Amino acid sequence: MSVILDIRLKRANKVYHEAEVLAGVVVITSKEAVQHQGISLTMEGLVNLQLSSKSVGVFEAFYNSVKPIQLINSNIEVAKPGKVPGGKTEIPFEFPLQVKGNKVLYETYHGVFVNIQYTLRCDMRRPLLAKDLSKTCEFIHVLQPQKSKVQPSPVDFTISPETLQNVKERNSLPKFLVRGHLDATNCVITQPLTGELVVESSEVAIKSIELQLVRVETCGCAEGYARDATEIQNIQIAEGDVCHGLPIPIYMVFPRLFTCPTLETTNFNVEFEMNVVIVLHDDHLITENFPLKLCRV
Amino acid sequence: MVERGEEAFTGAVLKFQIGSRGLEGKLLPTRHARVRKYGAELQRCQLEATPVEQGDYHPLKPIIVTDSRSRRGGRKGSTSSSSSSSSSVAMDPLSSMMEGTDPLSLFAAASASEVPTLSHSSSSVELGRKQRENEDEVGADFEPWSAKRGEILSRFTTTEKLSINLFMGSEKNKASSPSSAVSEKVRTRLEELDDLEEGSQRELLNLSQQDYVKRIEELNQSLKEAWASDQKVKALKIVIQCSKLLSDTSVIQFYPSKFVLITDILDTFGRLVYERIWSMCSDPRPQPDSFSVEDVNDTAKETCLNWFFKIASIRELIPRLYVEAAILKCNRFLNKTGIQETLPRLTAMIRGIGDPLVAVYARAYLCRVGMEVAPHLKDSLNKNFFDLLASFRQIHSDTVQNQLVIQRVEIPVYLTLYSPAIHWILQCVAYRAPDVLLTEMMERCKKLGNNALLLNSVMWAFRPEFVAARATDFIGMIKDCDEAGFPKHLLFGSLGRSLACADPAESERLPILNEAWKVITKVRSPQDYINCAEIWVEFTCRHFTKREVNTVLADIIKHMTPDRAFEDAYPQLQSVMKKILTYFHNFSVLFSMEKFLPFMDMFQKDSVRVEVCKSIMEVFIKHQQEPTRDPVILNALLHVCKTMHDSVNALTVEDEKRSLALLINGFIRMVSFGRDFEQQLSFCVEARATFCNLETVIIQLIHTVNQLAMETKRVMGGNHSRKTAAFVRACAAYSFITIPSLTSIFSRLHLYLLSGQVALANQCLSQADAFLKAAVSILPEVPRTISVEGKQRSSEAFLLDFINSFLSTLLVVPDHPEQGVLYLVRGLLNMVQDYTWEDNSDAKVRVYISALPLLAAMSQENYLYTIPKVDSNETLYGGDPKFVAEISRLCETLIGQVLDHLKTLGREEGVRRQGSIAFALFSVLLAHGDLRNNKLNQLAVNLWNLSHKNGYCETRTSVRTLEHIKQQAQQPELSHLSDMLLRLSLQSRA
Repeated sequence: MSVILDIRLKRANKVYHEAEVLAGVVVITSKEAVQHQGISLTMEGLVNLQLSSKSVGVFEAFYNSVKPIQLINSNIEVAKPGKVPGGKTEIPFEFPLQVKGNKVLYETYHGVFVNIQYTLRCDMRRPLLAKDLSKTCEFIHVLQPQKSKVQPSPVDFTISPETLQNVKERNSLPKFLVRGHLDATNCVITQPLTGELVVESSEVAIKSIELQLVRVETCGCAEGYARDATEIQNIQIAEGDVCHGLPIPIYMVFPRLFTCPTLETTNFNVEFEMNVVIVLHDDHLITENFPLKLCRV
Repeated sequence: MVERGEEAFTGAVLKFQIGSRGLEGKLLPTRHARVRKYGAELQRCQLEATPVEQGDYHPLKPIIVTDSRSRRGGRKGSTSSSSSSSSSVAMDPLSSMMEGTDPLSLFAAASASEVPTLSHSSSSVELGRKQRENEDEVGADFEPWSAKRGEILSRFTTTEKLSINLFMGSEKNKASSPSSAVSEKVRTRLEELDDLEEGSQRELLNLSQQDYVKRIEELNQSLKEAWASDQKVKALKIVIQCSKLLSDTSVIQFYPSKFVLITDILDTFGRLVYERIWSMCSDPRPQPDSFSVEDVNDTAKETCLNWFFKIASIRELIPRLYVEAAILKCNRFLNKTGIQETLPRLTAMIRGIGDPLVAVYARAYLCRVGMEVAPHLKDSLNKNFFDLLASFRQIHSDTVQNQLVIQRVEIPVYLTLYSPAIHWILQCVAYRAPDVLLTEMMERCKKLGNNALLLNSVMWAFRPEFVAARATDFIGMIKDCDEAGFPKHLLFGSLGRSLACADPAESERLPILNEAWKVITKVRSPQDYINCAEIWVEFTCRHFTKREVNTVLADIIKHMTPDRAFEDAYPQLQSVMKKILTYFHNFSVLFSMEKFLPFMDMFQKDSVRVEVCKSIMEVFIKHQQEPTRDPVILNALLHVCKTMHDSVNALTVEDEKRSLALLINGFIRMVSFGRDFEQQLSFCVEARATFCNLETVIIQLIHTVNQLAMETKRVMGGNHSRKTAAFVRACAAYSFITIPSLTSIFSRLHLYLLSGQVALANQCLSQADAFLKAAVSILPEVPRTISVEGKQRSSEAFLLDFINSFLSTLLVVPDHPEQGVLYLVRGLLNMVQDYTWEDNSDAKVRVYISALPLLAAMSQENYLYTIPKVDSNETLYGGDPKFVAEISRLCETLIGQVLDHLKTLGREEGVRRQGSIAFALFSVLLAHGDLRNNKLNQLAVNLWNLSHKNGYCETRTSVRTLEHIKQQAQQPELSHLSDMLLRLSLQSRA
């Protein structure tokens, strides 16, 4: 293909807030002059929902996916029909990120069953015998930070055989005691999750302590709700038989794109949880769950 | 030899008689040498001597500064005013040039921590900054990691099989959902990932250590390749996998080396990332070292942030920790406080590592990176150390014990694995730390049970002065340590190392040595023993006398002799020797140590032995000021030198021989028996027998003996008694029988000549004759080419030099009563005639020309120089006309030969050479010939014309010659020269 179409946004991180203007250039690279019938830009925001095969049947999951929810769809013309000279041509553009009506723009989020994505597409229509050209570029929408302060919500926790639920034979469990605290469960998404954890005692050597970040996605559909929890990331904070009595830091950075402020809408919910997972040397797995509320301040 | 020479001489006379026909039939008058009055000539030639008055100007007298210009900050305040400068304060002109202090000491002052002299010009702010930098930055006194690296690699090795488990793509990218929403970029990355995942889970088992190192190096290489080909994700994966290997403690003995290898990769990675982000900063690029966050553009920041997010999501603790530490420096692109915040967090993160060994090395790495990137952040260094102390008991936990049992590693061995890391951490902590902090650290260490390991590192890493001041305390602590844990000899080794650099209080020294040696001597393993003893020898030598050192040596011998244990400990024993030699320069003390020679005997491997001998000799030559006759020293050193000499064999390279000979010569020069000349001679006889394989030494010996003869003459005031006469003859005999054993022909020639001169000076006429005859008789043996510094060069120049100096000696050698007149001169010329000179060479003729001045000098009534108490030919013949006639005849023959040669040259292409020889002969005739003789005069004029015929003569030389003649002609007895001058014409070079 002798013509190459590209979109370059001015902002290196491609992060935009609502009502801001996406500025950038459309770059057309070609050896010869290109005849075209107009170049246009389309901005689109979509929520894709997918049903998991667990909650509905396999086939339904495949075919019956919920219709995407459109958040924004606007169009501007960049160039009128004409000719672009050979070489590299840059056409600057400015495109406001603005919704019509009272629709809400959610934050960009890449999940398993819920995907919120914003794209900027450039189309070049060309006369007969030449294929139309198109280039898509994703940008990230982030909500304006809220002014309100987050209530710090520290949580102390103790994990011992007695505090566990879902245990079949409580007697066969080795004795252990893990204390700790999280500095907050109302987390600011840009700040790491912090806390401390102390292994006070443990009969069996500890193999590993991990922090598991989990997303809980709920989709509304014809048959009701589908609620699924999947792992986003798993961060090991202790490896091997750690020193007893010495506090181990809990520290986790929320990954970009894969997390967003906790979201509750009529059609779908996106929530997050964190599990502290302690693996003992005899492969006992102890999990303590903490629901998190993420927000952007 | 001599006899054959004589026959040849007789023949010479005949030849020269035949040769005399070629003088163009002109008979020259009896004396054609001009009469010289050497004394008057000398007087005339001398520069006018003007007596120098005291206090006058003299170039060598110190300059007196009369300059009244005031100097800023001069070294001597007195030079600043004119009043004081009039006083004759001698001032070095060099230092007066400088404005006060000389630049070198200026620099020295500047490098000291306070920058006093330079700060005048620089503003105080700058000064403050400089001082702060000095405090913050790591100076040259901080032993860098690179120095430790090699040591660790060579120390921690294994013969066990290792394995690398590379599990590329172990962490599936969680975003790899089937949704179409994955962006383009992520997709390509996923594809890259897939490439690696296919069959990339490979476990390499049963690797030997070399294979392992090779594999790691390959990984390092593939990291660079991946980076270069823009596969950043692959590069990161390689780094993650590599750092994951650090959590594996199977084959624990190898762990420290593994750490070194893998952190190398991490360093590479850190550098690559940093450089890449730096290069993204658009022009103008910020300064590599001092840029602020504002200088970094958004793209660079975003890339940097991406790296940190990527790393923050690494699943395993250890790779996450190491990789983040590796790119710690990149925090500078994001914000000012990044490093400051990250370091404590990473430090705390290490608490999550259960295995104490893995944790301690992680701490070491963090400290290393911290020191590199932000040396001023001491807090996190300290925190690292305190955390280490807090988790110290982990070392004795069950998990570790079980592991050791499985791997069959003993506790002491296991504990030594910690040393490099703890050393490093402590070194970082203690670097320029105040004493208070160090004391606190020590107290903390003390509180922990079984702290030998820490104690060891404390002694290694803390300032030697600090340790030395508390040496007695340390000994107490070492004694309290549990023997089963950390080997005590290592502890004493560390203590000794500190004490070798800094001195403990005077009164404590002996108790320290006693306590230490009590433990050292109990060490069973010879290797451990010698490692420790070697260190303590330094302390002993430094502070104690030969008695203590002797005791220590005795102990070493006792330990190292059984089962020939010394064979495995040559480096250490050599180091012991080196230390002793550093502190004991008095060789009589050294050799009077009973155990020194037995100690030397332990070096039984030839190469090592020679090395040791060489080091002893080097020290001897360097430090022995006075010549010695001490029999103890002589015997011992003779033995040492003999050892060196005996190592020479056919395979020894020339350089080695030269260096050995140099050392032995140094020894020989230092031997002096004072007035006991006979003893000295017999020493030389012994030395000759001992060092017969080293030619240079033999030459030195001949020189020594010649010097001895001259010394005898000096002592006797030139009048030998019967006894001393016999002695100097003995010296001559020594030289005479020694010289033929040399292989170098020129050495022989020169030594014959020199020894001949010495014999002559000592009135040993027949000996002198023999030397000179011998020299003449070996002349034909001189090869036409000799090798000079490995290249073949013509020997002609050397030979001519020798013959010229030989000729000048011949002036004073009286004729042998039984031989003919000018017997030696004829002999020499004869040899010259017979010698096969190079083709197309004028050398023979040049010798003839240079013989003419000799003959002219011989025909004078009073010789230019004579030897006291030796009657030269002037006295023997007393200007006998027959003698003069003989000389004239010889001259005729010689001139005839030269003229013949000139003729042949005219026929050939050698006109240039012809001119130059003709001019040379002209000069000789002018200087020495009696030009009042018409024929000689005519000959000279002809020669002048001949030399100018072809225009090859240098005009400048000709002009100067004419000027010289003009000047000479002013003297009344040489007035005839002015007539000749008219006949000498200058030819322009047409």
